[in-house]
Amino acid sequence: MRNIRVVIAKPGLDGHDRGAKVIARALRDAGMEVIYTGLRQTPEQIVDAALQEDADVIGLSILSGAHNHICPRVVELLEARKIPDVLVVVGGIIPDADLPKLHAIGITGVFPPGTSMQAIVEFIRQHARPEAATS
Amino acid sequence: MNPVRSDAPPNHAPARPPRPERFTTISNLPIATVYGPAATADLVYDQDLGDPGQFPYTRGIHPSGYAGKLWTMRQFAGFGTPDETNARYRQLLDAGGTGLSVAFDLPTLMGRDPDHPLSLGEVGKCGVSVASLADMERLFAQIPLSTITTSMTINSPAAILLAMYLVVAEQQGADWREISGTIQNDILKEYIAQKEYIYPLGPSMRLVTDVFGFCAERGPRWNTISVSGYHIREAGSTALQELAFTLRDGIEYVEYGIEAGLAVDAFVPRMSFFFNAHNEFFEEIAKYRAARRLWSRVMRDRFGATDERSWKLRFHAQTAGVSLTAQQPHNNVIRTAVQALAAVLGGANSLHTNSLDEALALPTVEAATLALRTQQILAHESGLADVADPLGGSYYLEALTDELEAGAFEHFKTIDDLGGMVAAIEQGYPQREIANSAYKFQTEVEQGVRGIVGVNVHADDTAPGVPTLYIDEGVADDQVARLADLRRTRDGDRVTRSLDALRETARGRENLMPKLLDCVSAYATLGEMCDAFRDVWGEYEEAPAI
Repeated sequence: MRNIRVVIAKPGLDGHDRGAKVIARALRDAGMEVIYTGLRQTPEQIVDAALQEDADVIGLSILSGAHNHICPRVVELLEARKIPDVLVVVGGIIPDADLPKLHAIGITGVFPPGTSMQAIVEFIRQHARPEAATS
Repeated sequence: MNPVRSDAPPNHAPARPPRPERFTTISNLPIATVYGPAATADLVYDQDLGDPGQFPYTRGIHPSGYAGKLWTMRQFAGFGTPDETNARYRQLLDAGGTGLSVAFDLPTLMGRDPDHPLSLGEVGKCGVSVASLADMERLFAQIPLSTITTSMTINSPAAILLAMYLVVAEQQGADWREISGTIQNDILKEYIAQKEYIYPLGPSMRLVTDVFGFCAERGPRWNTISVSGYHIREAGSTALQELAFTLRDGIEYVEYGIEAGLAVDAFVPRMSFFFNAHNEFFEEIAKYRAARRLWSRVMRDRFGATDERSWKLRFHAQTAGVSLTAQQPHNNVIRTAVQALAAVLGGANSLHTNSLDEALALPTVEAATLALRTQQILAHESGLADVADPLGGSYYLEALTDELEAGAFEHFKTIDDLGGMVAAIEQGYPQREIANSAYKFQTEVEQGVRGIVGVNVHADDTAPGVPTLYIDEGVADDQVARLADLRRTRDGDRVTRSLDALRETARGRENLMPKLLDCVSAYATLGEMCDAFRDVWGEYEEAPAI
C-alpha cells in the first residue's frame, strides 16, 4: 500500500500556471505524492516523467486550446511505453464540442473552470489504478 | 467509468452562507462596520489628496476627470488569422470602440513561427498569429494608424512587434512622431506571473530599455511600457500584492532606464500602467487612487523627477477574467459591469470589459459587443462621468486608500532588502507570495467563506448556457502555407545579412531597434529574429515549484 502518485504537467506554450499549482497543492494536502513538471513540457517529457516517477496519474492543465493535439499524444505515448493504466485527467478550458474526442481516447476526467478541488481529489481516488492505495 | 464534467461540482457549502463575524478585504485588511471622521483625521487634503489634476493625483490626473474626455474604450481582441482579426477590429471601430488592442497567439508571444514544432495546436488559438511584416500589413489593412491608437499586448518579443507596427505605419504615410499607442513590454511580470519569458533577465531588461531609448527620440507619443498588475492579480495575488509588485516593477524599470543612460524625465512620462478591475468594489477603487499617490511620491522623492508628466500615473484597466464563471455564464455580465464601475470610479484612463463567455472560449462577436455596450451604458446613462473622483472624501474609501499605500511601501522595503525586483524574482519571492494567496483564496471558496454565485452558492444545473466561438484548426495550415510562400519569395540574402547584423548588435550594447527595423523590412520572421537573440543570450528556465 502506498500513496497515489500524481504528475501535474503544463504542456504547450501557455504559462498560466495558477490552476496547476493550486491543484498540485490540493492533491498534496489530500495525501497524494505530487510531482510538478513546470512549464512547457512536451508530451514526451510528461510521459517520461510519469515513467520515472512511477506515477499513477497524469494531470494536464491546458487553457490554450491545444488539448486536441496534446491529449491524444500523451495517451499514445503511454500505450507505446506499456503503461496504459496510468490515469490521465485534464483541467482547463475545454469546449464541450471536444469532449467526445477526449472520451473516445479514455480521458473521462475533464475538469472545467469552477470544479472544486475536492471533486478532483475524489475522482482521482476512485479512478487511479488499483495497485495504488487510497491515500 | 462515467464521464465527469460537472457544471455543478459537488457543493459542500450551504446555499446561503451565514454572515461572517468579522469582515476583511481580499487583501486581508480588516474592515470596520462603520467609518467616520476618525478614519480620515490624519489626512491633510493638499498633501494627501489634492484636487483632481494636482499632486499627488490621488483624485485623478485630469482636473476635470472625464468631463472633458471619456476614458478610452479599448477592447482586447485577436484570434485566428490576421484577416479574421482585422475584420473584428473594423467591426469594433464601427460599433464605437475608440482604440484597438491586439491579442497575439501563444507562438507569437513566445517568439516561435507557426511552422515550429512547439507551435503545434496553438496557432491562432488565444490570439492572432503574426509571424512577419506581411501579417502585420494584413492585420491593419484599411485601419489608419495615424488616427487610431493601438495597444499591443506582447512582452518578450515586444521590440520586434513594435518595429513591425512602425514599418506598417510608415507604409501608410503616418509620421512616427505623431502616432500613438502602447506596447506592453513588461517582462518582469512575465517572470512573476504570466510566464511568457524567453531570455534571461539581463538581456530581457535591455530590450525594454532599448525601446525606452528609441522611442524617446523617434516615437515620442508612444507608450513604451504598460507596467502590468493585471496578470499578477489573475495569477492569484491580492489587491495589495498587485499594487505593490506592479509599482515596484515600475521602480525597477526606472532604475534600469537610468542605468542605461536615460534621464528620468526623458522616458518616465511615456510609462503607463495596467491594473485589474476585480470584484471587491471599494478596495479596487482605493487601489487605483493609492497607485497614483504612490507613483507621484516615488517619482518625486525617490528619483527626483521634476516633469509633472513623470509624476502622473496613467493606467488601463481590464475587468477580472479569473472572476468569470463557466457556470451560469450570463451572471458574468453583471460581474463585469460592477468591476467596470470600480475602474471608472477609480479614474481609469482606458478600459477593457470582458465578455460573458470567456470562461468557456474566446468571445463571440455578440458577447464582445455586449461587453463594449456595458462601458457605453456607464459612460452615457449613469452620470458617472460627470464629476471627477465623486467618491473622494468617503471615510471608508480614504481609509482603505491609506492602508493600501502603507502596505505597498512595506512590500517595497522587503523587495529593496532582497536587492530589488530582479533579485527578488531570482529568489522566487513574488512568485511564492502569489501562489500562497491563490491557494488561500481557493481554499476559502471550498470552505464557503468566499461565495461565488453559481459555483458554491445558488448553483443551478438548469441555467442556460451560451454559444461559444470555435477556432478552426485550418488557421494553422493557412498561416504555415503563407509563411512557406514568404520564405520562398523574399530576398533571402537580405534576410541573412540583417539577421547577422542583429546577432552582432545583440553581443554588444548598441540600441537594437534600428537593426530590428532592418530585419522586419527584409521580411525576416519573428521566429528568426527571436532565434538570433536565443543564439546570443540563451533562454530562461524557471525551477518548478508548487
